[in-house]
Amino acid sequence: MAYSSKVIDHYENPRNVGSFGTSTEVAKRSDIGIGIVGAPECGDVMQLQIRVSDQGIIEDAKFKCFGCGSAIASSSLATEWIKGKSVDEALTIRNTQIVDELSLPPVKIHCSVLAEDSIRSAIEDWKKKAGATSAATKCSTS
Amino acid sequence: MISSNKQPKQPIYLDNAATTRCDPRVVEAMLPYFTEFFGNAGSRNHQFGWKAEDGIEVAREQSAKLVGAQPKEIIFTSGSTESNNLAIKGAAEIYARAGAGQTGRGHIVTAAHEHKAVLDPVRRLMREGFDATFIQPPADGVITAAMVAAAIRPDTILVTIMWVNNELGTINEVPEIGRLCHEREIIFHTDATQWVGKMPTNVEADQIDLLSWSGHKIYGPKGVGALYVRRRKPRVRLEALQDGGGQERGMRSGTQNVSGIVGFGKACELCLQSMDSERERLLALRTRLETELVKRLEVTVVNGHPTRRVANISNISFGFVEGESLMMGVREIACSSGSACTSASLEPSYVLKSLGIGDDLAHSSLRLSLGRWTTEADIDASIEMIETAVNHLRRLSPLYDLHKEGIDLSKIVWQSH
Repeated sequence: MAYSSKVIDHYENPRNVGSFGTSTEVAKRSDIGIGIVGAPECGDVMQLQIRVSDQGIIEDAKFKCFGCGSAIASSSLATEWIKGKSVDEALTIRNTQIVDELSLPPVKIHCSVLAEDSIRSAIEDWKKKAGATSAATKCSTS
Repeated sequence: MISSNKQPKQPIYLDNAATTRCDPRVVEAMLPYFTEFFGNAGSRNHQFGWKAEDGIEVAREQSAKLVGAQPKEIIFTSGSTESNNLAIKGAAEIYARAGAGQTGRGHIVTAAHEHKAVLDPVRRLMREGFDATFIQPPADGVITAAMVAAAIRPDTILVTIMWVNNELGTINEVPEIGRLCHEREIIFHTDATQWVGKMPTNVEADQIDLLSWSGHKIYGPKGVGALYVRRRKPRVRLEALQDGGGQERGMRSGTQNVSGIVGFGKACELCLQSMDSERERLLALRTRLETELVKRLEVTVVNGHPTRRVANISNISFGFVEGESLMMGVREIACSSGSACTSASLEPSYVLKSLGIGDDLAHSSLRLSLGRWTTEADIDASIEMIETAVNHLRRLSPLYDLHKEGIDLSKIVWQSH
Protein backbone atom coordinates (compact mmCIF):
# COMPACT_ATOMS: atom_id res chain seq x y z
CA MET A 1 0.00 0.00 0.00
CA ALA A 2 1.29 3.43 -0.85
CA TYR A 3 1.27 6.07 1.87
CA SER A 4 0.27 9.68 1.29
CA SER A 5 3.10 12.21 1.39
CA LYS A 6 1.60 13.69 4.58
CA VAL A 7 1.71 10.33 6.36
CA ILE A 8 5.33 9.88 5.30
CA ASP A 9 6.17 13.39 6.48
CA HIS A 10 4.65 12.78 9.93
CA TYR A 11 6.34 9.39 10.10
CA GLU A 12 9.76 10.79 9.26
CA ASN A 13 9.39 14.07 11.15
CA PRO A 14 6.88 13.38 13.90
CA ARG A 15 5.73 16.52 15.72
CA ASN A 16 5.70 16.81 19.50
CA VAL A 17 7.14 13.42 20.36
CA GLY A 18 7.69 12.80 24.03
CA SER A 19 6.15 13.04 27.45
CA PHE A 20 6.20 15.38 30.43
CA GLY A 21 8.03 12.90 32.64
CA THR A 22 7.92 9.26 33.66
CA SER A 23 4.54 7.61 34.07
CA THR A 24 4.71 8.01 37.86
CA GLU A 25 5.74 11.68 37.64
CA VAL A 26 2.99 12.73 35.26
CA ALA A 27 0.35 10.73 37.14
CA LYS A 28 0.71 13.14 40.08
CA ARG A 29 0.51 16.40 38.10
CA SER A 30 -2.93 17.97 38.01
CA ASP A 31 -2.09 20.21 35.02
CA ILE A 32 -1.43 17.19 32.84
CA GLY A 33 -3.99 14.92 31.24
CA ILE A 34 -2.97 11.53 29.92
CA GLY A 35 -4.77 9.44 27.36
CA ILE A 36 -3.54 5.93 26.58
CA VAL A 37 -5.68 4.03 24.10
CA GLY A 38 -5.27 0.77 22.20
CA ALA A 39 -3.42 -2.38 23.20
CA PRO A 40 -0.14 -4.00 22.14
CA GLU A 41 -1.92 -7.17 21.02
CA CYS A 42 -4.06 -5.08 18.66
CA GLY A 43 -0.88 -3.65 17.17
CA ASP A 44 -1.43 -0.05 18.25
CA VAL A 45 -1.06 1.94 21.45
CA MET A 46 -1.33 5.73 21.46
CA GLN A 47 -0.27 7.86 24.38
CA LEU A 48 -1.23 11.52 24.40
CA GLN A 49 -0.25 13.92 27.17
CA ILE A 50 -1.61 17.46 27.37
CA ARG A 51 -0.52 20.29 29.62
CA VAL A 52 -3.50 22.49 30.34
CA SER A 53 -3.55 26.01 31.82
CA ASP A 54 -5.90 27.11 34.58
CA GLN A 55 -7.99 28.71 31.83
CA GLY A 56 -8.44 25.35 30.15
CA ILE A 57 -6.08 26.03 27.25
CA ILE A 58 -3.93 23.16 25.98
CA GLU A 59 -0.51 24.80 26.22
CA ASP A 60 1.50 21.82 25.14
CA ALA A 61 0.91 18.30 23.88
CA LYS A 62 3.20 15.30 23.53
CA PHE A 63 2.60 11.92 22.00
CA LYS A 64 4.11 8.48 21.76
CA CYS A 65 2.76 5.78 19.51
CA PHE A 66 3.32 2.08 18.93
CA GLY A 67 1.56 1.37 15.68
CA CYS A 68 1.65 1.54 11.92
CA GLY A 69 2.70 4.61 9.98
CA SER A 70 -0.88 5.87 9.77
CA ALA A 71 -1.31 5.58 13.53
CA ILE A 72 1.91 7.52 14.10
CA ALA A 73 0.82 10.19 11.62
CA SER A 74 -2.67 10.45 13.15
CA SER A 75 -1.34 11.00 16.66
CA SER A 76 1.37 13.40 15.48
CA LEU A 77 -1.26 15.42 13.62
CA ALA A 78 -3.56 15.38 16.66
CA THR A 79 -0.89 17.06 18.80
CA GLU A 80 -0.46 19.78 16.18
CA TRP A 81 -4.17 20.44 16.04
CA ILE A 82 -4.89 20.57 19.76
CA LYS A 83 -1.98 22.76 20.82
CA GLY A 84 -3.23 26.24 21.72
CA LYS A 85 -6.87 25.18 21.62
CA SER A 86 -9.19 25.18 24.60
CA VAL A 87 -10.19 21.72 25.79
CA ASP A 88 -13.72 22.34 24.52
CA GLU A 89 -12.41 23.20 21.05
CA ALA A 90 -10.16 20.15 21.08
CA LEU A 91 -13.15 17.95 21.83
CA THR A 92 -14.75 19.03 18.55
CA ILE A 93 -11.98 17.37 16.49
CA ARG A 94 -13.39 14.39 14.63
CA ASN A 95 -11.57 11.40 13.25
CA THR A 96 -12.97 12.12 9.79
CA GLN A 97 -10.98 15.37 9.69
CA ILE A 98 -7.82 13.35 10.35
CA VAL A 99 -8.79 10.90 7.60
CA ASP A 100 -9.23 13.79 5.16
CA GLU A 101 -6.03 15.58 6.14
CA LEU A 102 -3.86 12.45 5.86
CA SER A 103 -5.80 10.82 2.97
CA LEU A 104 -6.09 7.61 4.99
CA PRO A 105 -7.53 4.60 3.14
CA PRO A 106 -10.59 2.83 4.65
CA VAL A 107 -8.43 0.11 6.23
CA LYS A 108 -6.64 2.79 8.26
CA ILE A 109 -9.70 4.62 9.59
CA HIS A 110 -9.27 2.93 12.96
CA CYS A 111 -5.97 4.83 13.36
CA SER A 112 -7.85 8.13 13.16
CA VAL A 113 -10.49 6.84 15.58
CA LEU A 114 -7.74 5.97 18.01
CA ALA A 115 -6.33 9.50 17.72
CA GLU A 116 -9.75 11.03 18.45
CA ASP A 117 -10.13 8.64 21.40
CA SER A 118 -6.74 9.65 22.76
CA ILE A 119 -7.74 13.35 22.72
CA ARG A 120 -10.98 12.60 24.60
CA SER A 121 -9.25 10.30 27.01
CA ALA A 122 -6.49 12.84 27.83
CA ILE A 123 -9.01 15.64 28.37
CA GLU A 124 -11.17 13.43 30.58
CA ASP A 125 -8.12 12.55 32.63
CA TRP A 126 -7.19 16.22 33.01
CA LYS A 127 -10.75 17.15 33.99
CA LYS A 128 -10.81 14.43 36.62
CA LYS A 129 -7.48 15.53 38.08
CA ALA A 130 -8.22 19.27 37.88
CA GLY A 131 -11.66 18.72 39.40
CA ALA A 132 -10.16 16.70 42.24
CA THR A 133 -7.65 19.45 42.97
CA SER A 134 -10.20 22.26 43.04
CA ALA A 135 -12.46 20.14 45.27
CA ALA A 136 -9.54 19.51 47.59
CA THR A 137 -8.71 23.24 47.67
CA LYS A 138 -12.30 24.06 48.55
CA CYS A 139 -12.27 21.58 51.40
CA SER A 140 -9.07 22.97 52.87
CA THR A 141 -10.22 26.62 52.73
CA SER A 142 -13.66 26.04 54.16
CA MET B 1 5.11 12.72 -19.77
CA ILE B 2 8.63 13.65 -18.80
CA SER B 3 10.89 10.66 -18.98
CA SER B 4 14.03 10.34 -17.00
CA ASN B 5 16.92 8.19 -18.07
CA LYS B 6 17.87 7.82 -14.42
CA GLN B 7 16.32 4.64 -13.05
CA PRO B 8 15.18 4.83 -9.42
CA LYS B 9 17.33 2.65 -7.19
CA GLN B 10 15.79 -0.79 -6.64
CA PRO B 11 15.16 -1.75 -3.02
CA ILE B 12 17.18 -4.61 -1.54
CA TYR B 13 15.14 -7.76 -2.11
CA LEU B 14 14.86 -9.80 1.08
CA ASP B 15 11.56 -11.51 0.32
CA ASN B 16 12.80 -14.64 -1.41
CA ALA B 17 10.47 -16.83 0.65
CA ALA B 18 7.58 -15.01 -1.05
CA THR B 19 9.01 -15.41 -4.51
CA THR B 20 12.36 -15.35 -6.27
CA ARG B 21 13.68 -13.58 -9.29
CA CYS B 22 13.52 -15.90 -12.27
CA ASP B 23 17.07 -16.90 -13.20
CA PRO B 24 17.96 -15.47 -16.64
CA ARG B 25 19.19 -18.95 -17.64
CA VAL B 26 15.70 -20.24 -16.92
CA VAL B 27 14.13 -17.53 -19.06
CA GLU B 28 16.55 -18.36 -21.85
CA ALA B 29 15.57 -22.02 -21.73
CA MET B 30 11.89 -21.10 -21.86
CA LEU B 31 11.92 -18.62 -24.73
CA PRO B 32 11.99 -21.04 -27.70
CA TYR B 33 8.87 -22.72 -26.30
CA PHE B 34 6.77 -19.60 -26.87
CA THR B 35 7.55 -19.01 -30.51
CA GLU B 36 9.49 -21.90 -32.02
CA PHE B 37 8.40 -25.03 -30.17
CA PHE B 38 4.93 -23.75 -29.47
CA GLY B 39 3.14 -27.02 -30.07
CA ASN B 40 0.65 -28.74 -27.81
CA ALA B 41 2.41 -31.61 -26.06
CA GLY B 42 -0.75 -33.60 -26.64
CA SER B 43 -0.42 -33.36 -30.44
CA ARG B 44 1.07 -36.76 -31.15
CA ASN B 45 1.07 -36.58 -34.93
CA HIS B 46 3.43 -33.76 -35.85
CA GLN B 47 6.78 -32.44 -34.86
CA PHE B 48 5.41 -29.34 -33.13
CA GLY B 49 3.75 -31.61 -30.61
CA TRP B 50 6.78 -33.90 -30.35
CA LYS B 51 9.10 -30.97 -29.62
CA ALA B 52 6.81 -29.74 -26.86
CA GLU B 53 6.55 -33.22 -25.40
CA ASP B 54 10.33 -33.61 -25.51
CA GLY B 55 10.71 -30.35 -23.60
CA ILE B 56 8.30 -31.55 -20.94
CA GLU B 57 9.99 -34.93 -20.59
CA VAL B 58 13.41 -33.33 -20.12
CA ALA B 59 11.88 -31.13 -17.42
CA ARG B 60 10.29 -34.17 -15.81
CA GLU B 61 13.71 -35.81 -15.57
CA GLN B 62 15.31 -32.65 -14.19
CA SER B 63 12.55 -32.29 -11.58
CA ALA B 64 12.66 -35.96 -10.61
CA LYS B 65 16.41 -35.82 -10.19
CA LEU B 66 16.18 -32.91 -7.76
CA VAL B 67 14.02 -34.94 -5.37
CA GLY B 68 15.40 -38.43 -6.03
CA ALA B 69 12.24 -39.66 -7.78
CA GLN B 70 11.49 -41.44 -11.05
CA PRO B 71 10.33 -39.13 -13.88
CA LYS B 72 7.01 -41.00 -14.05
CA GLU B 73 6.32 -39.97 -10.47
CA ILE B 74 6.25 -36.25 -11.28
CA ILE B 75 2.94 -34.50 -12.00
CA PHE B 76 3.20 -30.93 -13.24
CA THR B 77 0.75 -28.46 -11.72
CA SER B 78 0.31 -24.71 -11.46
CA GLY B 79 2.30 -24.55 -8.22
CA SER B 80 2.35 -25.72 -4.63
CA THR B 81 -1.20 -24.63 -3.84
CA GLU B 82 -2.54 -26.88 -6.56
CA SER B 83 -0.11 -29.67 -5.67
CA ASN B 84 -1.24 -29.52 -2.03
CA ASN B 85 -4.90 -29.52 -3.00
CA LEU B 86 -4.43 -32.45 -5.34
CA ALA B 87 -2.39 -34.41 -2.80
CA ILE B 88 -4.65 -33.81 0.19
CA LYS B 89 -8.10 -33.92 -1.39
CA GLY B 90 -7.06 -36.48 -4.00
CA ALA B 91 -5.67 -38.89 -1.39
CA ALA B 92 -8.52 -38.33 1.07
CA GLU B 93 -11.09 -39.29 -1.58
CA ILE B 94 -9.25 -42.50 -2.50
CA TYR B 95 -8.36 -43.61 1.03
CA ALA B 96 -11.67 -42.55 2.65
CA ARG B 97 -13.18 -45.13 4.99
CA ALA B 98 -16.73 -44.20 4.10
CA GLY B 99 -18.48 -42.81 1.04
CA ALA B 100 -19.29 -39.22 0.20
CA GLY B 101 -22.03 -37.68 2.31
CA GLN B 102 -21.20 -39.83 5.33
CA THR B 103 -19.33 -38.94 8.50
CA GLY B 104 -16.31 -40.78 9.90
CA ARG B 105 -14.61 -40.87 6.51
CA GLY B 106 -11.15 -40.85 8.06
CA HIS B 107 -8.72 -38.81 10.11
CA ILE B 108 -6.05 -36.41 8.85
CA VAL B 109 -3.07 -35.14 10.86
CA THR B 110 -1.59 -31.74 10.14
CA ALA B 111 -0.17 -28.80 12.14
CA ALA B 112 -1.64 -25.46 13.18
CA HIS B 113 1.15 -23.43 11.55
CA GLU B 114 0.95 -25.03 8.11
CA HIS B 115 0.47 -22.83 5.05
CA LYS B 116 -3.14 -21.88 4.22
CA ALA B 117 -2.82 -24.01 1.09
CA VAL B 118 -2.73 -27.05 3.39
CA LEU B 119 -5.01 -25.84 6.20
CA ASP B 120 -7.87 -24.80 3.93
CA PRO B 121 -8.05 -28.05 1.92
CA VAL B 122 -8.04 -29.94 5.26
CA ARG B 123 -10.81 -27.69 6.60
CA ARG B 124 -12.85 -28.31 3.47
CA LEU B 125 -12.45 -32.06 3.97
CA MET B 126 -13.67 -31.63 7.56
CA ARG B 127 -16.90 -30.19 6.18
CA GLU B 128 -17.13 -33.26 3.96
CA GLY B 129 -17.07 -35.89 6.70
CA PHE B 130 -13.36 -36.19 7.54
CA ASP B 131 -11.81 -35.51 10.95
CA ALA B 132 -8.55 -33.69 11.47
CA THR B 133 -6.03 -32.96 14.19
CA PHE B 134 -4.02 -29.73 14.00
CA ILE B 135 -0.88 -30.30 16.06
CA GLN B 136 -0.01 -27.20 18.11
CA PRO B 137 3.66 -26.46 17.52
CA PRO B 138 6.02 -25.98 20.46
CA ALA B 139 7.75 -22.62 21.02
CA ASP B 140 10.57 -23.54 18.61
CA GLY B 141 8.09 -24.31 15.84
CA VAL B 142 9.46 -27.78 15.02
CA ILE B 143 7.01 -30.66 14.54
CA THR B 144 8.59 -33.94 15.63
CA ALA B 145 7.72 -37.52 14.76
CA ALA B 146 6.73 -38.03 18.41
CA MET B 147 4.10 -35.27 18.10
CA VAL B 148 2.75 -36.88 14.96
CA ALA B 149 2.75 -40.32 16.62
CA ALA B 150 0.70 -38.89 19.48
CA ALA B 151 -1.84 -37.41 17.04
CA ILE B 152 -2.27 -40.55 14.89
CA ARG B 153 -5.49 -42.54 15.50
CA PRO B 154 -6.54 -45.96 14.24
CA ASP B 155 -8.59 -44.23 11.53
CA THR B 156 -5.82 -41.86 10.36
CA ILE B 157 -5.54 -42.01 6.58
CA LEU B 158 -3.24 -39.08 5.82
CA VAL B 159 -0.51 -37.07 7.49
CA THR B 160 0.38 -33.74 5.89
CA ILE B 161 3.27 -31.85 7.50
CA MET B 162 5.29 -29.22 5.68
CA TRP B 163 9.03 -29.74 5.47
CA VAL B 164 9.99 -26.12 6.19
CA ASN B 165 7.73 -23.49 7.66
CA ASN B 166 7.44 -20.58 5.26
CA GLU B 167 7.37 -17.84 7.89
CA LEU B 168 9.98 -19.21 10.28
CA GLY B 169 12.22 -21.38 8.13
CA THR B 170 12.05 -24.09 10.81
CA ILE B 171 12.62 -27.66 9.63
CA ASN B 172 10.15 -30.34 10.73
CA GLU B 173 11.27 -33.94 11.32
CA VAL B 174 10.33 -35.11 7.86
CA PRO B 175 12.29 -38.32 7.35
CA GLU B 176 11.28 -39.44 10.85
CA ILE B 177 7.62 -38.59 10.20
CA GLY B 178 7.85 -40.42 6.86
CA ARG B 179 9.24 -43.52 8.53
CA LEU B 180 6.49 -43.41 11.16
CA CYS B 181 3.78 -43.10 8.51
CA HIS B 182 5.18 -46.00 6.51
CA GLU B 183 5.31 -48.20 9.62
CA ARG B 184 1.65 -47.36 10.28
CA GLU B 185 0.69 -47.61 6.58
CA ILE B 186 -0.54 -44.03 6.45
CA ILE B 187 -0.06 -41.81 3.39
CA PHE B 188 2.45 -39.03 4.04
CA HIS B 189 2.34 -35.73 2.17
CA THR B 190 4.79 -32.88 2.68
CA ASP B 191 4.55 -29.36 1.35
CA ALA B 192 8.24 -28.93 0.56
CA THR B 193 7.97 -25.52 -1.11
CA GLN B 194 10.66 -23.92 1.08
CA TRP B 195 12.88 -27.01 1.24
CA VAL B 196 13.29 -28.39 -2.27
CA GLY B 197 16.01 -26.68 -4.26
CA LYS B 198 17.73 -25.53 -1.10
CA MET B 199 18.33 -28.79 0.74
CA PRO B 200 19.17 -32.29 -0.53
CA THR B 201 15.99 -34.27 -1.09
CA ASN B 202 15.45 -37.96 -1.65
CA VAL B 203 11.89 -39.18 -1.54
CA GLU B 204 13.10 -42.78 -1.06
CA ALA B 205 15.41 -42.17 1.89
CA ASP B 206 13.05 -39.54 3.30
CA GLN B 207 10.07 -41.92 2.98
CA ILE B 208 7.72 -39.45 1.35
CA ASP B 209 4.61 -40.44 -0.58
CA LEU B 210 3.50 -37.05 -1.87
CA LEU B 211 5.67 -33.95 -2.11
CA SER B 212 4.73 -30.47 -3.37
CA TRP B 213 6.94 -27.71 -4.65
CA SER B 214 6.75 -24.54 -6.76
CA GLY B 215 8.88 -23.10 -9.53
CA HIS B 216 8.82 -19.50 -8.41
CA LYS B 217 10.48 -20.23 -5.05
CA ILE B 218 13.48 -21.79 -6.77
CA TYR B 219 14.28 -19.09 -9.35
CA GLY B 220 11.83 -20.52 -11.87
CA PRO B 221 8.65 -19.04 -13.32
CA LYS B 222 5.38 -18.44 -11.44
CA GLY B 223 2.35 -20.56 -12.22
CA VAL B 224 4.15 -23.89 -12.43
CA GLY B 225 4.98 -26.50 -9.84
CA ALA B 226 5.03 -30.21 -9.28
CA LEU B 227 3.66 -32.98 -7.16
CA TYR B 228 5.68 -36.12 -6.60
CA VAL B 229 3.37 -39.14 -6.40
CA ARG B 230 4.98 -42.38 -5.21
CA ARG B 231 4.46 -45.28 -7.64
CA ARG B 232 5.73 -48.21 -5.60
CA LYS B 233 5.91 -49.31 -1.98
CA PRO B 234 3.22 -48.14 -1.73
CA ARG B 235 1.66 -47.14 -5.04
CA VAL B 236 -0.20 -43.97 -4.11
CA ARG B 237 -3.44 -43.26 -5.90
CA LEU B 238 -5.17 -39.91 -6.17
CA GLU B 239 -8.60 -38.81 -7.26
CA ALA B 240 -8.14 -36.09 -9.88
CA LEU B 241 -9.55 -32.67 -9.04
CA GLN B 242 -9.76 -31.56 -12.64
CA ASP B 243 -11.18 -33.69 -15.43
CA GLY B 244 -10.58 -33.38 -19.14
CA GLY B 245 -7.95 -34.53 -21.59
CA GLY B 246 -6.21 -36.87 -19.16
CA GLN B 247 -2.82 -35.18 -19.21
CA GLU B 248 -0.27 -35.90 -16.44
CA ARG B 249 -1.35 -39.53 -16.04
CA GLY B 250 -4.95 -38.42 -15.71
CA MET B 251 -4.22 -36.67 -12.44
CA ARG B 252 -4.13 -33.18 -13.90
CA SER B 253 -6.07 -32.66 -17.09
CA GLY B 254 -5.46 -29.55 -19.15
CA THR B 255 -2.98 -28.59 -21.85
CA GLN B 256 0.44 -28.47 -20.25
CA ASN B 257 2.14 -25.14 -19.63
CA VAL B 258 5.05 -26.20 -21.83
CA SER B 259 7.27 -23.12 -21.50
CA GLY B 260 6.59 -22.94 -17.77
CA ILE B 261 7.38 -26.62 -17.27
CA VAL B 262 10.61 -26.27 -19.29
CA GLY B 263 11.58 -23.33 -17.06
CA PHE B 264 10.65 -25.29 -13.96
CA GLY B 265 12.89 -28.16 -15.04
CA LYS B 266 15.77 -25.82 -15.77
CA ALA B 267 15.32 -24.15 -12.37
CA CYS B 268 15.47 -27.58 -10.70
CA GLU B 269 18.64 -28.44 -12.58
CA LEU B 270 20.34 -25.18 -11.58
CA CYS B 271 19.40 -25.64 -7.92
CA LEU B 272 20.84 -29.14 -7.89
CA GLN B 273 24.13 -27.76 -9.21
CA SER B 274 24.53 -24.92 -6.74
CA MET B 275 22.55 -25.71 -3.61
CA ASP B 276 25.43 -26.87 -1.43
CA SER B 277 27.67 -23.85 -1.94
CA GLU B 278 24.66 -21.54 -1.97
CA ARG B 279 23.46 -22.86 1.38
CA GLU B 280 26.84 -22.20 2.96
CA ARG B 281 26.98 -18.69 1.54
CA LEU B 282 23.45 -17.79 2.67
CA LEU B 283 23.94 -19.26 6.13
CA ALA B 284 26.97 -17.02 6.65
CA LEU B 285 24.98 -13.98 5.51
CA ARG B 286 21.98 -14.83 7.65
CA THR B 287 24.13 -15.47 10.71
CA ARG B 288 25.73 -12.07 10.23
CA LEU B 289 22.31 -10.42 9.89
CA GLU B 290 20.86 -12.04 13.00
CA THR B 291 23.96 -11.70 15.16
CA GLU B 292 24.37 -8.01 14.37
CA LEU B 293 20.73 -7.10 14.92
CA VAL B 294 20.48 -8.98 18.21
CA LYS B 295 23.75 -7.42 19.37
CA ARG B 296 22.78 -3.86 18.43
CA LEU B 297 19.13 -3.83 19.50
CA GLU B 298 17.84 -4.97 22.88
CA VAL B 299 14.68 -7.12 23.10
CA THR B 300 15.26 -8.46 19.61
CA VAL B 301 14.32 -12.10 19.24
CA VAL B 302 14.90 -14.55 16.41
CA ASN B 303 11.69 -16.56 16.14
CA GLY B 304 11.64 -20.34 15.74
CA HIS B 305 14.34 -22.88 16.44
CA PRO B 306 17.80 -21.28 16.71
CA THR B 307 19.57 -23.74 14.42
CA ARG B 308 17.05 -26.14 12.88
CA ARG B 309 16.18 -23.72 10.09
CA VAL B 310 16.88 -23.37 6.37
CA ALA B 311 19.72 -20.97 5.61
CA ASN B 312 17.73 -18.32 3.78
CA ILE B 313 14.88 -17.43 6.16
CA SER B 314 15.04 -15.24 9.23
CA ASN B 315 12.06 -14.16 11.30
CA ILE B 316 12.89 -11.52 13.87
CA SER B 317 10.74 -9.66 16.40
CA PHE B 318 11.83 -6.20 17.48
CA GLY B 319 10.12 -5.48 20.80
CA PHE B 320 8.05 -2.27 21.21
CA VAL B 321 8.01 -1.58 17.47
CA GLU B 322 5.11 -2.35 15.16
CA GLY B 323 6.00 -4.31 12.03
CA GLU B 324 4.24 -2.25 9.40
CA SER B 325 5.75 0.99 10.65
CA LEU B 326 9.11 -0.76 10.71
CA MET B 327 8.67 -1.78 7.07
CA MET B 328 7.82 1.84 6.33
CA GLY B 329 11.08 2.81 7.99
CA VAL B 330 13.04 0.40 5.83
CA ARG B 331 11.36 1.12 2.52
CA GLU B 332 14.66 0.39 0.79
CA ILE B 333 14.29 -3.24 1.90
CA ALA B 334 11.57 -5.42 0.39
CA CYS B 335 10.51 -7.89 3.09
CA SER B 336 7.46 -9.25 4.95
CA SER B 337 6.01 -8.75 8.40
CA GLY B 338 3.81 -10.79 10.73
CA SER B 339 2.06 -7.59 11.70
CA ALA B 340 -1.72 -7.46 11.40
CA CYS B 341 -1.56 -4.23 9.46
CA THR B 342 0.25 -5.94 6.63
CA SER B 343 -2.31 -8.72 6.30
CA ALA B 344 -5.68 -8.54 4.61
CA SER B 345 -7.33 -10.10 7.68
CA LEU B 346 -5.92 -7.47 10.09
CA GLU B 347 -4.85 -10.35 12.33
CA PRO B 348 -1.24 -10.85 13.33
CA SER B 349 0.50 -13.89 11.88
CA TYR B 350 -1.25 -17.11 12.98
CA VAL B 351 2.08 -18.89 12.58
CA LEU B 352 3.80 -16.69 15.17
CA LYS B 353 0.73 -16.79 17.44
CA SER B 354 0.72 -20.58 17.30
CA LEU B 355 4.20 -20.59 18.84
CA GLY B 356 2.77 -18.66 21.78
CA ILE B 357 5.13 -15.73 21.34
CA GLY B 358 2.48 -13.13 22.20
CA ASP B 359 0.53 -10.86 19.90
CA ASP B 360 2.72 -7.86 20.65
CA LEU B 361 5.86 -9.62 19.42
CA ALA B 362 3.93 -11.06 16.47
CA HIS B 363 3.04 -7.50 15.47
CA SER B 364 6.72 -6.60 15.80
CA SER B 365 8.15 -9.16 13.42
CA LEU B 366 9.95 -9.00 10.10
CA ARG B 367 10.60 -11.95 7.84
CA LEU B 368 13.83 -11.43 5.92
CA SER B 369 14.50 -14.09 3.32
CA LEU B 370 17.71 -14.26 1.32
CA GLY B 371 18.34 -15.63 -2.13
CA ARG B 372 20.67 -16.23 -5.03
CA TRP B 373 21.31 -12.53 -5.63
CA THR B 374 21.64 -11.40 -2.01
CA THR B 375 25.09 -9.93 -1.43
CA GLU B 376 27.11 -9.16 1.65
CA ALA B 377 26.68 -5.46 0.87
CA ASP B 378 22.88 -5.96 0.88
CA ILE B 379 23.03 -7.53 4.32
CA ASP B 380 25.33 -4.86 5.75
CA ALA B 381 23.12 -2.08 4.39
CA SER B 382 20.01 -3.84 5.74
CA ILE B 383 21.49 -4.14 9.22
CA GLU B 384 22.16 -0.38 9.27
CA MET B 385 18.72 0.53 7.96
CA ILE B 386 16.88 -1.76 10.36
CA GLU B 387 18.89 -0.50 13.33
CA THR B 388 18.13 3.13 12.43
CA ALA B 389 14.42 2.47 11.88
CA VAL B 390 13.99 0.45 15.10
CA ASN B 391 15.70 3.19 17.11
CA HIS B 392 13.55 5.89 15.45
CA LEU B 393 10.38 3.95 16.26
CA ARG B 394 11.44 3.14 19.81
CA ARG B 395 11.91 6.83 20.43
CA LEU B 396 8.21 7.13 19.52
CA SER B 397 7.07 4.03 21.38
CA PRO B 398 5.18 4.37 24.66
CA LEU B 399 5.86 0.66 25.23
CA TYR B 400 9.59 1.22 25.09
CA ASP B 401 9.27 3.94 27.76
CA LEU B 402 7.36 1.56 30.02
CA HIS B 403 9.99 -1.11 29.40
CA LYS B 404 12.76 1.32 30.38
CA GLU B 405 10.84 2.25 33.53
CA GLY B 406 10.88 -1.43 34.39
CA ILE B 407 7.13 -1.93 33.96
CA ASP B 408 6.01 -5.39 32.84
CA LEU B 409 3.81 -4.80 29.77
CA SER B 410 1.97 -8.07 30.23
CA LYS B 411 0.68 -6.89 33.63
CA ILE B 412 -0.99 -3.76 32.25
CA VAL B 413 -4.72 -3.82 31.63
CA TRP B 414 -5.08 -2.23 28.20
CA GLN B 415 -8.13 -0.44 27.00
CA SER B 416 -8.67 -2.63 23.94
CA HIS B 417 -10.57 -1.42 20.95
